[in-house]
Amino acid sequence: MKTVTLTIDGRTVQAREGEKLLWAALENGIYIPNLCAIPGAKHPAAACRLCFVEIEGYPRPVTACTEPVVEGMVVSTRSPRVDRLVHTAFELLLSNHHLDCANCPRNRSCELQRIARERRFPLRVKRLRKLERNLQVDDSSPVVRYDPGKCVLCGRCVWVCREKGTGVLGFARRGFERKVTTFGDVPLGQSGCNGCGECVKVCPVGALTGRDSAAISI
Amino acid sequence: MHLTEGEKRVALEQTGNILESYSRERGNLIPILQQVQEKLGYVPLVAMEEVARHLGIPPVDVYSVATFYNQFRLIPPGKHQIKVCMGTACHMKGGNIILDCWKRRLGIDVNEVTPDREFSLERVACVGCCTMAPVTVIDEEVHGKVTPTRVDGLLFSFGVKIPKGQQKEGEAVEQQ
Ligand code: SF4
Ligand code: SF4
Ligand code: FES
Ligand code: FES
Repeated sequence: MKTVTLTIDGRTVQAREGEKLLWAALENGIYIPNLCAIPGAKHPAAACRLCFVEIEGYPRPVTACTEPVVEGMVVSTRSPRVDRLVHTAFELLLSNHHLDCANCPRNRSCELQRIARERRFPLRVKRLRKLERNLQVDDSSPVVRYDPGKCVLCGRCVWVCREKGTGVLGFARRGFERKVTTFGDVPLGQSGCNGCGECVKVCPVGALTGRDSAAISI
Repeated sequence: MHLTEGEKRVALEQTGNILESYSRERGNLIPILQQVQEKLGYVPLVAMEEVARHLGIPPVDVYSVATFYNQFRLIPPGKHQIKVCMGTACHMKGGNIILDCWKRRLGIDVNEVTPDREFSLERVACVGCCTMAPVTVIDEEVHGKVTPTRVDGLLFSFGVKIPKGQQKEGEAVEQQ
């Protein structure tokens, strides 16, 4: 397979032709914040708006998960414009996130925490108003625990549930009401979910987690 | 919200008839749902399951689309349909307060129906009577300059009595 050479943050890296910039950077140890990207997904949703980078010659920042690498491309993962965009997207996500790290099963392995750490963002909402929904934890499955209040709507579980699971997960409603749920909003335990736990492995936050009794390794 | 066996049977029959004239392409999803809605006045879960089977997609995908667009209602309309205007003028004049009154008095949320099937509640965009804001439309009849006491009055005219000082919040009916 053909490879191309490009520069990311001053480092020369190689990548497979046609590969998306996000994966090229991550494979080379250069972190770009991301939540919704799925390796292997044909059409990136580019929904989380966290993976912005600047590319020389481009008028404005672009999402790294949708941008294919090109020979000689010069990329910067940081710039005042990028940092602002990413910070705002991050704060928007946090503004309706049930932030409770101390009691969260994903404490210390959470992607939101990682983004905050890597970008030196405070893990709290400063400029925006907090708008939390009062959503109930779904404890009905013997294997998976679902806390919709922590969900960042990245869509990774929906994707993997189709690929490897039973296809019971999907998005419903829109806007502020949007939610990952099942057909008719029935609890997971009655949804036909077979408890394969693939969604738990891909969830970047503490929304889908394994039940204590069940051993799903993340 | 539980449908009666009769309602389910009718829903399945009608959906079956509609599906006969559509090929199994995913692109037909919205037209089919629109037909179901037109025939039944709503799109019940049993119909969605049939549609999903016909198109060979997970039922949750049909649910996803049906809950995305306001034009689809998931439950049968009540005997009286209460539509609260949330257009700009009505919003400015406190339409959301009026909506809250209806919710509290009926004990249901938007897009739900009372357990006795008497009333269903919806929010609508500008109904074109902005000078009368805030507006509530009940069964095609427009009521302007609605106040919380007017909400009680309207309910009274339908024979619903609200005892003085009673603010009890009812349980929202769950969709089923
Ligand atoms: S999901 Fe992450 S950020 Fe949210 S409470 Fe859990 S650990 Fe904290
Ligand atoms: S439950 Fe997790 S994986 Fe699924 S959309 Fe929400 S955050 Fe993403
Ligand atoms: S990872 Fe690129 S927009 Fe979410
Ligand atoms: S905004 Fe309510 S009638 Fe126009």
